[in-house]
Amino acid sequence: MNDSHDIHVGVLAMQGAFARHVAVLQERGVRASEVRTPAELAAVDALVIPGGESTAIRKALDRGELLEPLRERLASGMPAFGTCAGLIVLAHAAEDGAPETYGALDVDVARNGFGRQVHSFEGSVDMSGGDLGDLDGGRLSGVFIRAPRITRLGDDVTVLGRLAGGEHDGEPVVVRQGNLLGATFHPELTDDPALHARFVELVRAALAAPATTSAP
Amino acid sequence: MTDPGTARIKTGLAEMFKGGVIMDVVTAEEAVIAEEAGACAVMALERVPSDIRRDGGVARMSDPEMIRGIQEAVSIPVMAKVRIGHFVEAQVLEALEVDFIDESEVLTPADEVNHVDKFAFTVPFVCGATNLGEALRRIAEGAAMIRTKGEAGTGNVVEAVRHLRSLINEIRALQGIGRDEIYAAAKELRAPVELVQQIADTGKLPVPMFTAGGIATPADAALMMQLGAEGVFVGSGIFKSDDPATRARAIVEATTHFNDAAVIARVSTGLGTAMPGIEMATLAAGGSGGTFANRGW
Repeated sequence: MNDSHDIHVGVLAMQGAFARHVAVLQERGVRASEVRTPAELAAVDALVIPGGESTAIRKALDRGELLEPLRERLASGMPAFGTCAGLIVLAHAAEDGAPETYGALDVDVARNGFGRQVHSFEGSVDMSGGDLGDLDGGRLSGVFIRAPRITRLGDDVTVLGRLAGGEHDGEPVVVRQGNLLGATFHPELTDDPALHARFVELVRAALAAPATTSAP
Repeated sequence: MTDPGTARIKTGLAEMFKGGVIMDVVTAEEAVIAEEAGACAVMALERVPSDIRRDGGVARMSDPEMIRGIQEAVSIPVMAKVRIGHFVEAQVLEALEVDFIDESEVLTPADEVNHVDKFAFTVPFVCGATNLGEALRRIAEGAAMIRTKGEAGTGNVVEAVRHLRSLINEIRALQGIGRDEIYAAAKELRAPVELVQQIADTGKLPVPMFTAGGIATPADAALMMQLGAEGVFVGSGIFKSDDPATRARAIVEATTHFNDAAVIARVSTGLGTAMPGIEMATLAAGGSGGTFANRGW
C-alpha cells in the first residue's frame, strides 16, 4: 500500500528525538507534525512518543496542558508508538518506581537497563516471531542508547522482536498490545523505516475500525 | 552481535538531548534540583564558569568522587569536562562511565596545538565552536555534538548569539555553491572537503548543534532556540541566581515552548534576580578572567 496523506500522525515534541520521527514519517509520504499543545494533539489520529530523557518528557507533560488530554486519548484507543523513553512513558511501571509511566501498555521496564552510555550498543533484532513477516529476512538493526529493558510482559502483550546474539540474546525489545507499539531502541536513527511502516498500517487499521478509536 | 561506541550510538545520545536543557551543577544537591526542573542532562564540574572567572588559577577536570556522587544522585545522563587536549582526563572520565565528555574552553587548555582524538573513545564528546570551520574541525576529530561557545560565566548572551549566527550564516553561504568551489571553501574554512561538501548538500551539521555561554533567562534560552539552536547548555545562569529551582524550571519550559511567547511570559514572571552579568568590554580589557571563546583552534 502506498503511504499518502489519509492519516495524520503526531510526534510528541516535549524533548528528545521528535524531529527525526517527523522526518521518517514524512519521507514515507505520511502527514506528520510536532505535538506540544492540546489543540495539536486533538488534530492527530495517532501519536509517536519519541526517545529522549523520560524524566524530562514526563516533567514537561506534567507542567503543560497535555497530561490529561493524552491520558484520555490513550484510554480511548488512540494508536501510539513509544520508542526508548517513549516506551517508558507508555509503560505500566518502571522498576525503580520512577513516576514517568502512563500505564497504557502492560509492561514493566527497567530504565537504563543496560547501564550508562558506554554500554549503549547497536545490535540485531529478530522480528521473525511476530506479525511483521514482510521485513527483509525478519531482521532489524537496533540502536540501543541508555535503553530500557522490559522486565514484565502483561498477558495481552505480544512480543514482536527480540535481540539476536550477544549477551542478551532473546530478550524482548519490540512489543505490541492492541493499538500500542513499543520498542526499547531507536528505529528513527537507522535508515530502515520498517517499524514506522508497521505503525502506519496499524493506524490505518485502527481508523477503519472506529469502534475502538475516538474520533479526532 | 553488539557494537558499542559507533558513530550512530554517539550522535544518537546527542539526538536524545534535543529540545532540552543541560545544566552545570557542582554538587549532588544541585544535580537533583536540575533533574527535578526537567534538565535532560547535567554537567558535573567543580566550579561554575563565573567562579572560575572570579577565582582565577588553573581549572581542571573535576574530582572523581564528586562526579560519582552526582551519578548516584540522578538517573539522567551525567556529563563532565576535560581540558582541551587532555586525553588522560578523558580516559579517567571514560573509566568513571560519564555519559558524555565536554572538551571545554572553560577549563584551562592542556595542549595549545592538538585537541583530543575523540575517535579513540567509546564515550561521545561535545566540543565548543565559534564558527563553522571550528565546528567541522572538531567533528573531523570525532565530536558527536557541537555547542556554540558564547562566553561562559558572563550571564551575557551577546557572544552566544554572535557565534550561533556566524555558524548558521556560514552554513547558508555554502548552499548552492558549485562543486568546483568546494575546495576553496574547505581551504578557507580549514576543514575537510568531504565535510564541507556534506554541509553544502544537507544545509546542516552532521551532529546536533546546541548553544552555550551566557544564557541566564528563559527569554535567552528561547532566543537561542528561535535562532536555530537544537538545545541549550546553562552554566552559571541557574545556580548563581536568586532562586535556582524556579529559574531552572522556567528555562526548561521556555526551551520546550520556545515559539510560544505566552508561555515564556508566564515562566519569566517572579523569578527574582538573575545572575549579575559582565560586559564584553570588561573581558576584552582582560578583566574577570578575559575571554574563554578564543581557547581552542
